[in-house]
Amino acid sequence: MSHIPTVEPTDDPPLFAAFNALLLRDLRVYFRYRGSWLNPLIFVLMVITLFTLGIGPDPSALSTHASGIIWVVALLGIMLSLDSLFRADFDDGSLEQLLLSPQPLYLSVLAKVIAHWFITGLPIVLASPLYSLMLGIPVDVIPVLALGLLVGSGILSFIGAIGASLTVSLRSGGLLIALLTLPLYVPVIIFGSQFVQSAIEGWPLMPTFSMLLGLFIGAMVLAPLAIIGGLKLNQDV
Amino acid sequence: MSSASINPSSQSTHSASELSLVLDSISCERGERLLVKDLSLTLCSGQGVRIEGPNGSGKTTLLRVLAGLSQQYSGTVNWCGNDIRHSSSTFAADTLYIGHLAGVKALLTPLENLSWWLSLHIPSAKPIAKDKMLDALASVGLKAFAHTPCYQLSAGQQRRIALARLYLSEHRLWILDEPFTAIDAAGINALEQRISEHLMQGRMAIVTTHQTMHIPGFSSFSLDSSAADAEGNP
Repeated sequence: MSHIPTVEPTDDPPLFAAFNALLLRDLRVYFRYRGSWLNPLIFVLMVITLFTLGIGPDPSALSTHASGIIWVVALLGIMLSLDSLFRADFDDGSLEQLLLSPQPLYLSVLAKVIAHWFITGLPIVLASPLYSLMLGIPVDVIPVLALGLLVGSGILSFIGAIGASLTVSLRSGGLLIALLTLPLYVPVIIFGSQFVQSAIEGWPLMPTFSMLLGLFIGAMVLAPLAIIGGLKLNQDV
Repeated sequence: MSSASINPSSQSTHSASELSLVLDSISCERGERLLVKDLSLTLCSGQGVRIEGPNGSGKTTLLRVLAGLSQQYSGTVNWCGNDIRHSSSTFAADTLYIGHLAGVKALLTPLENLSWWLSLHIPSAKPIAKDKMLDALASVGLKAFAHTPCYQLSAGQQRRIALARLYLSEHRLWILDEPFTAIDAAGINALEQRISEHLMQGRMAIVTTHQTMHIPGFSSFSLDSSAADAEGNP
């Protein structure tokens, strides 16, 4: 290894240094604790199994409600796992270090939400063919459902993270997060299940998909600002 | 009401730029209790101040205000002439804060913990030199544990990971809340030496501790008298 001189004043730190470091750190932490990504996935699979048992084996009855069921269950799975998004950092003090960093907080928060989406939203999207078949969704609709979930789970993560940031200093914020964020999830549920329904009925897909995409971009751009506010607010508690 | 003013010490220094930290009538409360009332304090290059006081006298609250974590205070904190409320990013770049909580991820190794912290606090265009981090860990006696997950380490060792940051830091102001907690006698000596090196370079330190410190350029300041309305204090 060549000799590395001490830091020069001309050293311009890359904009995404903190973003990359936090993304890598959180993914490492999540992968070392398997429950963090397995639990939401198993939760979703189990609840969908319960639905199939509750509604009964009639394929037509199942597939009528399938898109609604999948979206509500995915929403719950992501929401319940969000409780710990910032609390672990709050408890061990790394949240203080994050907030005091001179690096842009916006990108740090973005990194944390994206890392969390990787281990909750993404597995739920990837497993969607499995539970679509359980609920009797036509095979040719499954790619559409997966695409809708891909965008939709991102929205759910960003909006849910606002609730997580507001409740970070509470011992257990689970139910409060639900109360805070469920009203905000309404448009996602409406357009998400509409998107799947359109594919089943053969209606045009673009109108609802554009709405989902618009919601996603809005959530991604605006949610970090609210999250930063929530995290700072809780430092004074 | 109390105020303390510290004259510039003669031994400082050859640093290029003169630093100043001026607290002007700071009052802060926690809950309903007024913990710090009308505190004024001036700190210049090469000076350190040890804030003492009984438990609950507001040391941590004051340090969180100074670090920029807490916004619930009245008065102004000026860093080199700028109010930290308005120039928070410059101030953040100059400041290193180590609080009660170590800020160490239990599932990561000490090396990984230092690495993410460095990216957040001492960003550099160059890739982080692993040797430097290992040297810092060696300075706090953790070189042998560099690759051990932190949950296998003791409380004192986890605390030492946080303190290893001091050996990587070139921040101008150190704000250390009870840095000696859970650290053994040899560790405390090494730490005092590191703090005095830091002051010799014309930088500043604010430390809370119940220990007596033997560092030239350090003055003591007691919060006891300023906690006018604090209940339960003798």
